[in-house]
Amino acid sequence: MNLAYYDVEYRLGRFLLTAVGIGLLLATVMAMNGIYNGMVEDALSIVRAPQVDLWVVQKDTNGPFAESSRVPEDLYRNISTINGVKEASPVSFQLLQTEFQGRMLRLQVIGYKLRQLGGPPAIAAGRPILNNRYEMVIDRKAGVPLGTKFKFGRVEMTVVGLTEGVVSNSGDSAAFITLEDAQELQFLKSNEAIRNDRSRLEADLSKSSTLSNVAPENLSPLLQGSHIANAILVRLDAWANVEEVQANIQRWTHYNAFTTKQEEDLLSKSVIERARQQILLFRIILLIVAAVVVALIIYTMTLEKTRDIATLKIIGAPNSKIVGLILQQSLILGIIGFLVGTIIISLTYEYFPRRVVLFATDQVMVFGIVVGISIAASALGIHKALGIDATTAMAG
Amino acid sequence: MAQVSVEHLTKVFGQGDTLVEALKDASLSVKAGEVVALMGPSGSGKTTLLRAISLIDPPTSGLIEVAGTRVFEDESVLIDDRLLRRQRMGIIFQSYNLIPFLTVVQNVALVLTLNGVSNREAMKRARELLESLDLSHRADVHPATLSGGEQQRVAVARAVVNNPAVILADEPTAALDSERGKAVMALLRQLGHEKKAAVIVVTHDERMVKGFDRIYHLEDGHLSVEELGAGEH
Repeated sequence: MNLAYYDVEYRLGRFLLTAVGIGLLLATVMAMNGIYNGMVEDALSIVRAPQVDLWVVQKDTNGPFAESSRVPEDLYRNISTINGVKEASPVSFQLLQTEFQGRMLRLQVIGYKLRQLGGPPAIAAGRPILNNRYEMVIDRKAGVPLGTKFKFGRVEMTVVGLTEGVVSNSGDSAAFITLEDAQELQFLKSNEAIRNDRSRLEADLSKSSTLSNVAPENLSPLLQGSHIANAILVRLDAWANVEEVQANIQRWTHYNAFTTKQEEDLLSKSVIERARQQILLFRIILLIVAAVVVALIIYTMTLEKTRDIATLKIIGAPNSKIVGLILQQSLILGIIGFLVGTIIISLTYEYFPRRVVLFATDQVMVFGIVVGISIAASALGIHKALGIDATTAMAG
Repeated sequence: MAQVSVEHLTKVFGQGDTLVEALKDASLSVKAGEVVALMGPSGSGKTTLLRAISLIDPPTSGLIEVAGTRVFEDESVLIDDRLLRRQRMGIIFQSYNLIPFLTVVQNVALVLTLNGVSNREAMKRARELLESLDLSHRADVHPATLSGGEQQRVAVARAVVNNPAVILADEPTAALDSERGKAVMALLRQLGHEKKAAVIVVTHDERMVKGFDRIYHLEDGHLSVEELGAGEH
């Protein structure tokens, strides 16, 4: 005869309300797991999107995500000649903030060479960029419809296509534009700045005996070069050995080369590590709170049954029966709480402002922890129950 | 043969200046089918003796035998006290002590399942017993919905369902009116005879002991016996 089951059935309403409370706590833990997974997925989506083998970045840096990196745009030509390299192409990354329908919109802008590496992985709506200038493919998460026009400085961009699930490690939507547009946005100076630079150059040239006869308007365009990228993406031939090509690139170009896996590690360890620790701490605190709540509930339920437990002792119930009553109730409470939490998070995860990614393995882990917590939390109630004096039942 | 035999039992509480001797050389013997009363004023040691016999609170010294098995001797408990109670004893409380979250039939069947009887068989036997006690119509309700008299009859059913060698009842009529109290006592006598159990009933009400075989009087820890013969009171 399962006493725990009958007790739960007898006080079902109160028990379910308590379980819902525990479920809400556990739903928060699951949400934290999901937010962390979403953060990792988001961060890695930008590394995985171009589907390349190597990332070549500025020497002695961990760019382009963990640190800033600048490489000459035409570096890709040198890299393309290395044995095993199938394709190489420059890309740039920059954050832009603009206003859209009365709200601030932050975009992770990715500049790439048209019809080369680094473009949008798949188009969910609209079309890819076909013209070399002033077109943009943006992630659906930004909530920007096709045909929207954005003005950045002197440049006006039109949204021609939408991607799905390509965002930065901060959760900002990715926006793909051509490298030329990206370089203009990043490096092209305003007219005032150009005039100032030209005057400064003229003054400097007049002081130089060897350059005093050079006209500043001839030299100025050379000094205003904006052909800079943040990384060169490299895709290898199927037969090529990644480590070998990586070593060759580092040897011959004197730039750093990272495999995509290394770039993912760099991103997850250096960029989202602190957020991960923060969320881990939250999860631990919430689980401790859940354990304390379950323990107190079970303890209170045991106190309410003091006389019943004393009666059980007098009619000869062994300790295992009494321990089973409390332990099973604690487990039922934890398991119902887990189910409630799972239902709540399954119904709500889409409405979180950041992406929440739920993995079955995480849920299994939370279930294991809940079972562990329930067992540990029942210890207090069991200790109390075993200490109840049987003669309590004989009091009038 | 005595189903329960107690010899030279003492029970001491406290020590030094606070030492209280609740039982002093108490001896009694009850045979199968006999029903005896244990009477005495408040604080005389009646419940202490009951707790000692059932090993809920073992005595300080003496000897106890239940159904031919020595369970206490020379300051030592010789058996698992809970095993003794669930296999050989039925205990009835003053305030019924039915488990509130179990139905009437589950309360009765619980004792059987504790002794290893399958759930199905235990429920069947419990229902049969409740039917014989005219309680079958209340079998599937929770105790809180029963009257005091009905609850005590269920408690009696729980105490006898396992055919115990000894039934111990601690003031079973204290919370009942006279008529219901007499009915419960009559039931105890009847079941004691039918099931060949030794029945010891603690009571302070002399009107309730009609048909009992003996009365043991307990005063200041001393036990004395008064033979009645069934039907004298």
